[in-house]
Amino acid sequence: VTELSAVARRAVEAATGAGAGDAEAYASREGGRQVRVHGGEVESLTAATQSGVGVRAWSGNRVGYAYGTDLSEAGVAANAARAAEAAAVADEDTYAAPPQPAEFEALPGLSDPSIAEWETGRVAELALTVERTALESDPRLVGVEVAVYADSDEQVAIASSTGVAGEYEASSCYAYLQALAEGEGARETGLGFGLARGPRGLDPEAIGAEGAERALSMIGAQKPQSRSCPVVLDETVAASFAGLIGGGLSAKAVQRGRSPFADRLEAEVASDAFVLHDDGRDPQGPASAPFDAEGVPRRRTALIEGGRLGSFLYDTYSANREGRSSTGSAARQGYRSLPSVSASNLMVAPGSLSLEQLLAQAGDGVLVTDVAGLHSGVNPVTGVFSVGASGRIIRDGALAEPVREFTIAGELVAMLSAVSAAGAEARWVPFGGSVCTPPLLVAEMAISGS
Amino acid sequence: VSGLVDPAVAERVLARALANGGRFAEVFAERRRGQSMTIDEQRIESVQSGAEEGAGVRVVEGGTTYFAHVDGLEPADLERAADEAAAALRSERREPRPLQARETTPLPIERRPEDVPAERKAELLRELDERARGKGREIAQFTGSYAEARREVTVANSDGLFTGDDRTRTRIGAQAVARREGTVETGAETLGAHRGFELLEDDPGGIAAQAAGKALTLLDAVPAPSGSMPVVVGGGFGGVLFHEMTGHGLEADHIQKGASVYTGKLGEPVAEPLLNAFDDGRLPGEWGSDAIDDEGQPTQKTQVIEDGRLTSYLYDHLTAERDDVASTGNGRRESFRHLPIPRMTNTYIAPGEATPEEMIAEVERGFYAVSFGGGQVDPATGDFVFGVSEGYLIEGGKVTRPCRGATLIGNCLEALAAIDAVGDDFFMKTGICGKGGQKVPVGTGQGHVRVRAMTVGGTER
Repeated sequence: VTELSAVARRAVEAATGAGAGDAEAYASREGGRQVRVHGGEVESLTAATQSGVGVRAWSGNRVGYAYGTDLSEAGVAANAARAAEAAAVADEDTYAAPPQPAEFEALPGLSDPSIAEWETGRVAELALTVERTALESDPRLVGVEVAVYADSDEQVAIASSTGVAGEYEASSCYAYLQALAEGEGARETGLGFGLARGPRGLDPEAIGAEGAERALSMIGAQKPQSRSCPVVLDETVAASFAGLIGGGLSAKAVQRGRSPFADRLEAEVASDAFVLHDDGRDPQGPASAPFDAEGVPRRRTALIEGGRLGSFLYDTYSANREGRSSTGSAARQGYRSLPSVSASNLMVAPGSLSLEQLLAQAGDGVLVTDVAGLHSGVNPVTGVFSVGASGRIIRDGALAEPVREFTIAGELVAMLSAVSAAGAEARWVPFGGSVCTPPLLVAEMAISGS
Repeated sequence: VSGLVDPAVAERVLARALANGGRFAEVFAERRRGQSMTIDEQRIESVQSGAEEGAGVRVVEGGTTYFAHVDGLEPADLERAADEAAAALRSERREPRPLQARETTPLPIERRPEDVPAERKAELLRELDERARGKGREIAQFTGSYAEARREVTVANSDGLFTGDDRTRTRIGAQAVARREGTVETGAETLGAHRGFELLEDDPGGIAAQAAGKALTLLDAVPAPSGSMPVVVGGGFGGVLFHEMTGHGLEADHIQKGASVYTGKLGEPVAEPLLNAFDDGRLPGEWGSDAIDDEGQPTQKTQVIEDGRLTSYLYDHLTAERDDVASTGNGRRESFRHLPIPRMTNTYIAPGEATPEEMIAEVERGFYAVSFGGGQVDPATGDFVFGVSEGYLIEGGKVTRPCRGATLIGNCLEALAAIDAVGDDFFMKTGICGKGGQKVPVGTGQGHVRVRAMTVGGTER
C-alpha cells in the first residue's frame, strides 16, 4: 500500500467515523513543470507539486463532498467531517449510492520515464526549438507570441467503505506555440501543438512548422460571401465538435432533458461516415486509466455506429437511475471536484480518403481550420450553434485563398447526418476534452460572411 | 490581514529564493475556503466545501521568471518552494530588503457567508426554483447554483513589501429551460459581488424569474438573420463586448510581444470622441474589485480611453518595469499555483448621453443584442466572436421578434471605431475571464451601446 492509498483509506475511515454511512476518498499527488519561451529566451520556468484528497460521504441517500490540501492526520479528519456535514444538507435521492468494487485490468505504460530523465535544460531546449523552427521558416513569420512545454506525472489512489481500492500513475506532456505572421497589412496567428506521455514523444520541429504554416496560410484572409456549401472540418475543429457531441451523450444531460440526443437512443442520428467511440483504455489516449474517477473499470463504448445512437455514457449514479451498469465514465478535474459523467477519450473512426481526396470531394466549399466562441455560441440543450471561424476556400477541389471573420451555423444532429466522409488520418487533439479524430467532410453548412 | 506568514519567515524565504541570484523575489501565500451547492430537478445536490492552502515563490533574473508552488504554509513548505524556484539560477547571492508591513483595508463584508447555516443557502436555492417555475408551466427545468469563496492572501517581496488582503465573493446563478412541443430554449442569469451574504438579502429570486423570462421569450424566437447591420448592445453584461474587443488588447503582455492590434497606438484616436472607458479595481463591492492586486499593488482606476483616444495600457509588475512606468495594479493570478499576469478588474464604457429608445428608433433594420453567453478574441489579429443569449430584430426603429442562435463577429479596431452612440443607463455585471489557462473574476459594464455595422451570423437560410 502506497502512502497515497493510506491517505485515501484514512479519509474513508474518518468520514464513517464522523457519521457517514458510506464514504469514498480520491487522493492525488502531482508533480509538473512548465517552460514558456519567447524571443529565444526562457520567459518562465515553473516547478509545481500539489496533492490533495476529496471525500464523498453518503448519509442514507444524501451525498456530500469536501476536499482539501492538508494530508496530515488532523487535516484529513477535518475534511472528512466536512463531507459528512455536507451530506446532511443535500436532499434525499433514491439513486445516490456508493459504487461497488469491480475487478479492473492493469494498464501499463501510462507513465513515461522520459519525463524524469529529461532535465529542465533539455525540455527548455525543446520549447526553444519549437519557437526557432517557426521563426526560421519564412521572413513573413514575424514572431512567436509564446511557445510552451509542459509535463506532469500524477499518482491517483481511490478507496471506499464498499471495498473499492485502486491506484495508478500516469504522465502527460504537451508543447504548443502561437506563431505570428504578417502580410498585406495584417497579422495572423497560427497554432501548432503536439501531445505525448513524455518529451521523447514530441517532435518540436513539426510543432513549430505547423504553427508557422497555419499563420502563413492565413495572410491576406478576407471575409467570404455568405452561402450554404460543403465544409471540411480539420482535425482541431472536428475535435471541438466531437467534444460537444460527447457532452450531449452524457446520461446526466440526457436524463435531465438537457441534450439534443435525449429520446434518440437506437435512433438514426448520423450518417454512416461518422462513427464515434469512447475508449478509456486506448494506449495513446491522454485520459486513459485502468478505472474511472469513482473506481469503475474504464472500457470501450460504441456511441454512434452505422448511423445509430448505440449508447449514452454513464457513471454509477446515472446508471442507477436506469437500473443498468456504469460505462466507467465518471470523471473529475482532480481531487477538487465531485465525479460527474464525461467522455474519456473520444475516438472518431478514420475513413479512407486523404485530405486531398476530401477536398476534391468537397469541390467548391470551405476548409475550416479554426473555430472561436464555442462556449457561448453553442446551445448544449438544443444543439443549435453559430460559431466564429476561419480557414481556406476550396475551389475546384483544391485549397484556394484564406478566409476569416465568418460564422458557421447549424444544429449538431443535422450536422452529423450531413457528414459525408471522414479522412484516413486521425490525430489526438486537446480540444473538446481528449479527442482523436480525422478531418470530416460535411455535405452542407451555412456560412455567414459578407 | 497579513497573518498567513510571519514576516520573519517571509524574510528568510525571500533570502533563500535569492540564494543563487535574481533581481526580484516574491512569496505569495494563500488560504482558500469555499462552499457551493446546486438545485437541480428540485433537489439540493452537489453540496461541497473546500479548504486549500499553499504558496508560490518566484525569482526574476534577466528576462526569466523562475516559479515554484507548493501546498501548505509551514515554514518548511515555503522554503521548499524557494529552493525549487532558485534551483535553476547560477548567479551570485542577493540580499532582499528588510520587510516593511503595509496595511491594506480589505473590502467590507457585512455578513460572512461561512457564518450563515448551510440550510439557509439551500433554502435560498429552493426560493430560486419556485420563482422560476412560477413564471409558467412551460418552464421544464431549472438549475440554480450558490457559491461562496474566501481568499486570504499575503504578499512579500524583495523590494521590502509585506502586505495582504482578505477577499470574500458570493455568487448565485440561475438557468431555466423552457419547452413547448418540440421547441426547447434556455435562459440564464447571475448575481455576484465581492461581498458577503448581504448581497442575497434583497430579492435574490429576481435572477431566477429573469432567467425563466428569457427562456420563455425565446420560445417565440425566429432564426437569427445573417449579414452586416447596425447592432444595439444592451447594458451591463453587454460590456463584455468592450472587455473582449479592447480590454484584452490593452493588457501590456500582449502589447509588449507585438501580439495586440493596439501596439503603438497610445495617444491615438481609436474610437469616436463620445467614448470614455475605464478599468477600475476599486469599485465598492464589485465582483472584479480587490484592495490590492496579487502582487500587493493597490488597485486603481485607470482611464484607458479618453474622448476616443487610447490613454493607457494595463500593467503588472514586470510589464511595467519593462516599459519604465508604474504598475496599474492589474497583476492578477487565479491562485498561488499561477504566475501573475496583466488582467482586467472591472472594465467598462462610461455612461453617455443617449437613451436606449433613441438609439433603437434610429435603426431601420438591425439587431438588438441584449445579453451574451460570452465571447472570445484573438488580441493579435483583433478577430472576435460573441454568442448572443438574448437578441431581437430591430425593424422600422422598433424592437420586434426575438431571435435564436445569433453570433456577432468582427474585428476590434473596426468595431470599436464604429460605436456611434453610448447610453446613459449604465450598470455592471459579473463575469469569469479566462486567459493563459487562468480564470479570474471580472466586472463588465456599460449603458446601451450602438455599433454602426457588425456581422451577425445566424441560422436563417
